[in-house]
This record gives sequence, C-alpha cells and structure tokens, in this order.
Amino acid sequence: MTEPAMTDLAIETHGLVKVFGDNRAVDGVDLAIRRGGVHGFLGPNGAGKTTTIRMLATLARPDGGTATVLGRDVVTEADEVRRRVSLTGQFASVDEDLTGRENLRLIGRLFGYTGASAKRRADDLLDAFALSDAADRQVKKYSGGMRRRIDIAASIVVTPELLFLDEPTTGLDPRSRNEVWDIVRAMVSSGTTVLLTTQYLDEADQLADRISVIDRGKVIAEGTSSELKASVGSGSLFVRVMDRDDRDAARAVLERELGVEVRDEADPNALTATIDEQGRVTRALSALDEARIPLAQFSLGQPTLDEVFLSLTGHHAEEKTDTEEAAA
Amino acid sequence: MTLDRTRTEDADEPGGAGLNTEHDRGSKILSALASSERPSPPGPLSTSLTFGWRALLKIKHVPEQLFDVTVFPVMFTLLFTFLFGGALAGSTVDYIQFLLPGIMVQGVIMITMYTGTTLRTDLEKGVFDRFRSLPIWRPSALVGMLLGDAVRFTISLTVTALLGLLLGWRPGGGFGGFVIGAILILLFSFSLGWIWTFLSLVLRTSGSVMGVSMLVITPLTFGSNIFVDPSTMPGWLQAFVEVNPVSHLVTSVRAVMGGTDPGASLPLTIVWSAVLIAVFGTLTMWRYRDAR
Repeated sequence: MTEPAMTDLAIETHGLVKVFGDNRAVDGVDLAIRRGGVHGFLGPNGAGKTTTIRMLATLARPDGGTATVLGRDVVTEADEVRRRVSLTGQFASVDEDLTGRENLRLIGRLFGYTGASAKRRADDLLDAFALSDAADRQVKKYSGGMRRRIDIAASIVVTPELLFLDEPTTGLDPRSRNEVWDIVRAMVSSGTTVLLTTQYLDEADQLADRISVIDRGKVIAEGTSSELKASVGSGSLFVRVMDRDDRDAARAVLERELGVEVRDEADPNALTATIDEQGRVTRALSALDEARIPLAQFSLGQPTLDEVFLSLTGHHAEEKTDTEEAAA
Repeated sequence: MTLDRTRTEDADEPGGAGLNTEHDRGSKILSALASSERPSPPGPLSTSLTFGWRALLKIKHVPEQLFDVTVFPVMFTLLFTFLFGGALAGSTVDYIQFLLPGIMVQGVIMITMYTGTTLRTDLEKGVFDRFRSLPIWRPSALVGMLLGDAVRFTISLTVTALLGLLLGWRPGGGFGGFVIGAILILLFSFSLGWIWTFLSLVLRTSGSVMGVSMLVITPLTFGSNIFVDPSTMPGWLQAFVEVNPVSHLVTSVRAVMGGTDPGASLPLTIVWSAVLIAVFGTLTMWRYRDAR
C-alpha cells in the first residue's frame, strides 16, 4: 500500500454537506486542522457540530464535499480512517448491560488482543481511569462522571492518532467536568490530536488551542481564543459604582467618553462596555472622577467567548437554541 | 504500525504545564496511552464470534431474555397440541407426531423478531456508533448478534423437543434426525434475521419494527403447512403455502426428524436461506453505512 503524501493536517474538508430531509445540518464546512493539540468546535445545540464529527469519524456519509482525516478520504478509505481515529460521542457508547471490564475486553478483542491480553489491557485502563472498584458493575449503574470515563477509556484501548470528543462534559457536575478536562490534557500531552465539540465557552477557552465557531451548519469564525476575542474589539471595561443611584449618570459619562454603547449588568451597580481603543479608558475613568461618581471596582478584560458569539451571530451562544429548535 | 510520537512535541505546548500539577491519574492515563501496541487485526470470524460473546454476556446480565425462548415454545406446543389434536388427527398423540417439527419452526420464527427490536434499541443507545467506528469486518456486529440469537433458538428447540417427548412425540429419525433438523431451523432463522436487521435500520422505533415484523411473520407461519396438510385448503391459499419458504423448511425438518427422505424441500430450504442472506444482508449493510 502506498502511504499518502505526508500532511501535517489532521483534518481537511472542502464544502462538506449533510442534509436531513430539508434541513441542511452541515452546509458547506471547510476545515484545515493541524495535528497536535486540541481543536475546539464551538456552537449551540443543533449547529451541526455532531453531524460534522459523525462524517469525519466515518459514521455518516457526506452528501457533498470532501473530507480527509490524517490524509485519508473518509468515504473511499474509511477503514484506514477507522484504524487511526476513535470516537467518544455525546451518548456513545459502551454497552450499558455489560460491566465496565466486559466492555473494555470486548473492544480489546475486536482490535485483535487475545483473551488474556485483552483482560490485561482492560484492567490497566480501569486502573488509569479510577474505575477498578466499579469494574464488575453494569455500566447502567455508573454515575455520569464514571460513565464518561469508561466511554473515554473505551476510545483509547488502542491509542488513536486522533480522538473525536463530542460534548464530553455535557450534563456533568463541575468536579467530573474537571476530571474529563484533566484526561483530555493528559491525552494531548501524549501526542493524540483531539477534536472537541462543546457548547460551553469556558470549556473551549480552557482546552482548545484553536477554535472553529459553528452556527447553522457553517463555520463562521476560526482562530485561537485570543484571536477570536480580538476580532470583537480590544476588550471590555467593567465598572461597578459605589452607589447604585449613580449608575445612570455613570453610564452617560462613559458613553460620552468611550463613544460606544454601555450595557447594564444584572448587578444593579455594574456596567460593561466593549471598547475599541484602550486609550479612551483612562480618560473615561478621570471623567467619572470629575463627575464625583465614586467607583467600588473597575477592570479591563478581554471579551468573553459569549461576546464573541454574540458579535458573530447576533445571538448568544447559550439560551436561544431550545426555542430555535422548537420553532424549527 | 506505530505512532510517530515526535510530531506532537512541536505542537503549541498544549496542556504541557498542567501535567505536573496533575494528580496520579494523569500519569496513569499517560502510561496507558503510551502503549503503542497494535495487535494484528482480527479476521471476520473472530470479530463475529466476539460479538456472539457479547450476546451471551447480555443473556448473563439480563436473563429475562430467556423468558421468550422457554415460555413461547411451551405455550405453543401445549396450546396447539390440545387445541387441534382431537379435531384434526383424532388424538393428541397422533397429531403431535405431525405438529412437533412444525411447532419448533413456529416457535423459533416468532422469537427471531426480537432480533430487530434489540438492534433498534442498541442503535438508539449509540453503542453501535462505537462498533461502526472500529476497523473491523463491517457485518460482524450483526452476524455476532445473530449467532448469539442462535444460542437462544437452540434453547427453544431443546425445550420444545423435551416437552414433545413428554407428550408422546416419537421421532423416527432419532437424535441424529433432531440435530440435522435443528441445524436447518437455525440456518433458516439466521437468514430470516437479516430481514429484521434491515427493518430496524429503516424504521425509527422498536415498536414499529415489532409491528412490521408481526405483519410478515403471521402469514409466513400460519400460511404454511405447520398446522395442517394444505390439501384441504382453497387453491389460492395452497399456491401461497407451496411457495412459502417456511413450508419447505417444515417439510424438510419433518422428514429428517421423522427419518424419511426430505426430497427437494431440503435443497429448496438452503437456496431460500442463501437468497434471504444475499438480498437482505446486502440491503442491511447498505443501510448500515449511514445508520442512525
């Protein structure tokens, strides 16, 4: 067999399309994702993240466009792709009726481990993922965090070059979420490329080296977390007045000095503004001082990914989607 | 093939810093990942048998699965022997000589329909996403599932035979005849299973898979020579019974278990099985590419 030309791209797609009925779930996605590190797919529910991943993992056939994973075509060289990638889905995917150990032995045997070595590999993984005590319990009796750990363990029975992690922390409590993050970091440092989908902005911020923002089946932005933030403006100013009665006056002063819209926060003393020029901030703060509006606190920060999302799509990254889907 | 681990060193140092602060688990996961062991890929038979092993594990954990293979055959045998025996053959002992091989077929075919509903449930839970993402012979998950079902069918056949013996069934073909007949039934039900796997990949819920299966199974089993000799039936029904593959199966099972010559029905049964696998196996694998 001839090896394909060495490419440093883990994933490359051109105009990838998947249609369900009259819903274009993935509508012309172009990606060029380098090997190594974590690449984040960020978008609300129903944006097309999972469908894209399913096509890249050879679980669904594209209706249009091309995709290569680690240099292999996902349609014509599907088996070559399957040999090199692994998938942990949102709801995937071990057998709930079997125990944790049986599941790992099953996968091990399917990869060609013989009975005894499959058992050994299963025990090693159970130990690494702190599941030894639950090894002989049916997976359906596992907690959410344990469930996610066994799913990930099942994905690395044979170490993949590329791991698809589809919303690995959805529905997990903060502690289990941190555990999954630790696991992802460990995998990356061992050389596995991870493609992570998430609807959590802080997750993408925490883990991903680069992020593709997906909305309605299209990639609407791509870059590092900082680049995406920079594209929105240089940052945001947060101001908290001492006395809440001063807030309206403070807003007026800031809007005059900064020349941008200043927003009320839920906190009745707080205001935020997205700013273009940092230089104006000093002036704005002196103006507040001159107007005798005492401040309890102020800070200058980078914009959050939620603000990025808002400016890219015109809607927030979280809330919205349920109503959208209900309407669809 | 081993991974080229050096290529990642020059990646933008992802997570490298977090590693030292991490607890024990991180390093254990690292050593688990460091295994670059790539066993040689197993063949189709090996992976199918592994999935058969999965089916047996499921029986171990969910023994209720054996309810249908024991209760159905007992119920059918008792019900039809005593319901029809007196009227059709004059005595139940006479009738059971005729009925029992047929009721074995009926019992197993009724149970095959669970193959489809089980697969539908598995597909919904997402466990097949993992199986489909593995670099293995594609049909092996389904073949293994059908092999696991063959174990359940064997239990059903054994229960029916033992109950029959108790009720006065005395097959002329002896134990050898029973074994050959059982193998024929298992072959045919394995082939029939591909209809249900196809249905479960086309239909969206296990309820609808069950409904459509019943629609196929009812004419297939009752419109056959299981219960009565077709010579008393109206012409159109006789014509259906004649071409019904279940009739060929029943005729050959009756013959080999009774110790007589099955004639053309035996090769016909085998040909039907091959056709079912060829047609519905192909359709199943076509749908399986994009299964949801």
